[in-house]
Amino acid sequence: MNYNWNWHIFFEPNPTGAGTYLDMLVSGLLLTIKTALLAWIIALVFGTIIGILRSLPSKTASWVGFAYVEFFRNMPLLVQLFLWFFVLPELLPRAAGLWMKQLPNAPFWTAAIGVGLFMSARVAVQLAAGIASLPRGQKQAATALGLTTGQGYRYVLLPIAFRIILPPLTSEFLNTIKNTSVAITIGLIELTGQARAMQEFSFQVFEAFTAATVMYLAINIVVVTGMRLLERSLAIPGYIAGK
Amino acid sequence: MIEISHVNKWYGPTFQVLKDCTTSVAKGEVVVVCGPSGSGKSTLIKCVNALEPFQEGQIILDGIKVNDPKTDLPKLRARVGMVFQHFELFPHLRIIENLCLAQEKVLGRSHDEAMAKGQKLLERVGLTVHANKYPAELSGGQQQRVAIARALAMDPIAMLFDEPTSALDPEMISEVLDVMVDLAHEGMTMMVVTHEMGFASKVAHRVIFMDKGEIVEDALKTDFFGSPRSERAQKFLSKILSH
Repeated sequence: MNYNWNWHIFFEPNPTGAGTYLDMLVSGLLLTIKTALLAWIIALVFGTIIGILRSLPSKTASWVGFAYVEFFRNMPLLVQLFLWFFVLPELLPRAAGLWMKQLPNAPFWTAAIGVGLFMSARVAVQLAAGIASLPRGQKQAATALGLTTGQGYRYVLLPIAFRIILPPLTSEFLNTIKNTSVAITIGLIELTGQARAMQEFSFQVFEAFTAATVMYLAINIVVVTGMRLLERSLAIPGYIAGK
Repeated sequence: MIEISHVNKWYGPTFQVLKDCTTSVAKGEVVVVCGPSGSGKSTLIKCVNALEPFQEGQIILDGIKVNDPKTDLPKLRARVGMVFQHFELFPHLRIIENLCLAQEKVLGRSHDEAMAKGQKLLERVGLTVHANKYPAELSGGQQQRVAIARALAMDPIAMLFDEPTSALDPEMISEVLDVMVDLAHEGMTMMVVTHEMGFASKVAHRVIFMDKGEIVEDALKTDFFGSPRSERAQKFLSKILSH
């Protein structure tokens, strides 16, 4: 292989004139983190609401939950981002569409919301499964004590269900981070985008993507460790993961 | 106190679990409900605080119609204690927190007030030293005593017991029954689904025998144990009393 390795490239100035190539990658990393965090918050909020709807006895509620989940999980993420970014503004009344297209940071908001909604369907399914795994008597006990349905979920069902699904939720958090890289296709210059830009300017493709890989790994190790600590601090003595 | 009249309940279009059940429990009365598995005794007791809906008939609890859409069910349920076969303590809450949750969230008692009441009841069931443990760290008998204390913390006007000792080791049955006997002697209104005929003969005023969704026998304790009228009840008694 006739390749000119150059690991010093990271400390050479990048062509934008603002700092080194490493600075470029770091700014991409920060944007990835920002996008992933916002997407994860959206995924948790909407996933929780839809997960609860799916677990309610009401037919209407579970139908809404079913339709939501199937809509967001049966379309490729890439197609969804294109829909929100390119198609939605055209479908809206002219003024609204124009406003959307001219939003500052449109790729960022589209990516965070798009990835967030996509992931929320997965969170919803897991939460619904977690709630369904609880003994039926738990809900009955909460009800019999006079707690309303909302209070039953808030104080009894959700705290236990979330503890049960913490390990798979960790995977979903990691998926959310990785999925933000799809946003490169709508012009979000996050970590993958910056690595590609670096490769185009410097021709050091291996160095660029090695660095990007290490950075993705590093964020994910932080997330895995953090979630492990959270699991441990929430463990119930004598119950599930507790000791 | 509890008036059950002509209650019919179906699961699905054809399977009838309760057939024209009519009975009542007066204030301060202890009524034991027994019968073979699947006879509808648990379903009947769960209809009393509307944990299970029913299609026909009516149940009146302390003058309030349970199956009236206008009835504030959470408020009504808060006034009736219920103890389940599998305890149904909330696993993520400490014992004392299990006793305080509904007092604070449903009755609106202050935390100090709820704690004081909780401590007093734990002392009564002999579990003060376990106040800060989690349910899974206690034995079945201890958990069931906590469950009784949790129900009593709401100052109920009546107590419903749904096979409270069926899931317990023989050794632990008596510690739970002792608490229930004390309660009966204090004049608590109680409706108890149980196979513990010793308990029935000791404290019950009346015994109801159910089979295939029907109330076959509703008699004073002495009449029931002395000479049950129905053949079905005679057979049932001879079987469970023969060992």
